[in-house]
Amino acid sequence: MSSQVLRFADWTSPVPPVRREVLSALPETAEDNPPVLFVPGLGHGAWAFAEHWLGHTASRGFAAHSVSPRANGSLRAYVHDVVQVAAGLPRQAVLVGHGAGALVVAHALARYPARAAVLAAPVPEGWSALGAALRANPLGTLPALIGAAPRLSRKQLFSAELAEADAYRAKLERTPAAIYRQVLFATPPAAPVGDPPTLVVGSPDDRVVPRKALDRTAARFGGAPLLFPGMAHDLMLDTNWREPIDAILDWLTKELAG
Amino acid sequence: MPDTPDIADRHDAVCVIGAGGSGLAAIKNLREQGFAVDCYERETSVGGAWNWRHDRSPVYASTHLISSRPLTEFPDFPMPDDWPDYPHHSKLLSYLERYAQHFGLGDSIWFGTEVVAVTPVGDGRWDVTTRSTGGGAERIQRYAAVVVANGHNWSPKPLPVDTSKYRGQVIHASAYKDPAQLRGRKVLVVGGGNTGCDIAVEAAQQASTVWHSTRRGYWYAPKYVFGRPADQVNDKMLQLRLPLWLRQWIYHRALRLTVGDITRYGLPEPDHRPYESHPVVNSQLVYYLGHGRITPVPDVTRLEGSTVELADGRRVEPDLVITATGYLPRFEFLAPELLDIDDDGKPDLHLHAFARKHPTLAVIGLVQPDAGLFPLAHWQSVAVARWLRLRATDPVRAAAVQQRESTRPLRSWTRLRVVPSSRHWFEVSHTSYLRTLEDLLKQLEPA
Repeated sequence: MSSQVLRFADWTSPVPPVRREVLSALPETAEDNPPVLFVPGLGHGAWAFAEHWLGHTASRGFAAHSVSPRANGSLRAYVHDVVQVAAGLPRQAVLVGHGAGALVVAHALARYPARAAVLAAPVPEGWSALGAALRANPLGTLPALIGAAPRLSRKQLFSAELAEADAYRAKLERTPAAIYRQVLFATPPAAPVGDPPTLVVGSPDDRVVPRKALDRTAARFGGAPLLFPGMAHDLMLDTNWREPIDAILDWLTKELAG
Repeated sequence: MPDTPDIADRHDAVCVIGAGGSGLAAIKNLREQGFAVDCYERETSVGGAWNWRHDRSPVYASTHLISSRPLTEFPDFPMPDDWPDYPHHSKLLSYLERYAQHFGLGDSIWFGTEVVAVTPVGDGRWDVTTRSTGGGAERIQRYAAVVVANGHNWSPKPLPVDTSKYRGQVIHASAYKDPAQLRGRKVLVVGGGNTGCDIAVEAAQQASTVWHSTRRGYWYAPKYVFGRPADQVNDKMLQLRLPLWLRQWIYHRALRLTVGDITRYGLPEPDHRPYESHPVVNSQLVYYLGHGRITPVPDVTRLEGSTVELADGRRVEPDLVITATGYLPRFEFLAPELLDIDDDGKPDLHLHAFARKHPTLAVIGLVQPDAGLFPLAHWQSVAVARWLRLRATDPVRAAAVQQRESTRPLRSWTRLRVVPSSRHWFEVSHTSYLRTLEDLLKQLEPA
């Protein structure tokens, strides 16, 4: 494992700066809540949270932001971008990662003392994510094994009754298989700094993240996952988007009071 | 009201002295380990040395970083990545202000409050006497531990030559603020460190005549080599774990090929090998020497009337002498034996941070690294916070760690081969020092 103290990669070849796309929704009245930074998974952009969650989070009194992954990125660059945006906020931020973005957040937590962290439908490291993808969408996933960009199918991400599913799917960007490989098979993240309270949420009916993987991820942070049966992988876009974000903000409010 | 103040017991709280970069890191990391913190800062805002608004700040109008941004930022709060490689000092202050705001450190800081005395009261606890800088009554509070972060760049080191018979103006570099002070004058800059070289370069652009007096020959490294900030290139060599002799050879070669032979300009040959003194990083000094704007001269031996006599017998007549002699660490609020301070005013601390006989007394930021100070101050304060936590929760393991630390060889964390000077005793290599701290941090990790 690379050292957390001797960071030669950062010292000798810093990640080059880019213009980052950050979407924000601010509460009407300034309250003493920490800002919340949403981190989308691969293929998604900041828009995925701007659809419902940013506005809802702001309406509950938290400044809400989401950052798109940079083009031609790498795991290191994604983590760098998340930490840069978080450190640029006026107060210690809460990091919320979705899908592969949860993995990016897990890495960012080792670099930045978040106020709290939420891993939503967190894609597990290693082979189990690939196994699940092969079962749910063999045709879209197989090409990835020979290095092509995997194609995410409608039924992997969205529930059947979601009317906007096709429109959302059209917005997805294809990410090269190499990036998936890098994110999924990276050295596991080091322990979070500053010991932030961490919540794992997901759905037992998610076709990207197996139920067992959810339990494993939650266990690593010393808890059990908060489950929303019937929902698909893209919790923030699903017809029931309100339930998980309300549960997350309820949990957050309780943690901040405690 | 009684004249003798009551001692207010702050129980498990920790007292931090100073709210500069090191003090802020100490507050944040102590609070992260669950400690209540009271920090006393004699100025009215954060920033310490970088807070140019107060008189004791050593920065001048054109101060920029000497080490590049990635080697200077806090490891858990990076500077914006679109900042330049070597940001201006005003950016550094805004960075520290944002750090304090981001982590809500202001709640723990008492501004305009000076620490007068820190005295042990047995069982590891401390009585801290404070007073408002505006005057008023003293106040004593009792703390579980004291972390000193009062900086070492605010108390100017006097010129070792008598200046009382000199009629010209003599100022310390700390009083140099603006290039307008130099315009059209004949200026003698004394001191070959980073500040002395910076001021000499500025004088070369403003003054009518410039002499630059250095006691010994130095290695003047450029700020950029091979198109990269020099310290980042240097760290590449450290990452590859090249042996010292090979790094010295490469350094020597690179300097010969780019900067060339500096004795050609009348500078003395360096009397030490590369990496044996604090690095002087200045691309412009040699440039102005080559343009004849700076005349190198040896040590100053006498100042009398309007003339300054130099070690080689030469006499010059400057209007203004700027002494960039550096600063000395000072701890007037502590009895010298608490930090094992010797007759030269030099404390003897484990890892330059932990008082040897007082497990609840530590100093943050009293190191002179070949990189930025903040990363070292950060990890030092993490180590101090974890140490204090372990001591409170698991005294048996803490004693075992202390035992093991007492056998740690000195050479593993401090530089033994450095040129003798009043400030080089706390010179460290950031990589060896951080490796040692990392090893200590592993021992202090909560079980």
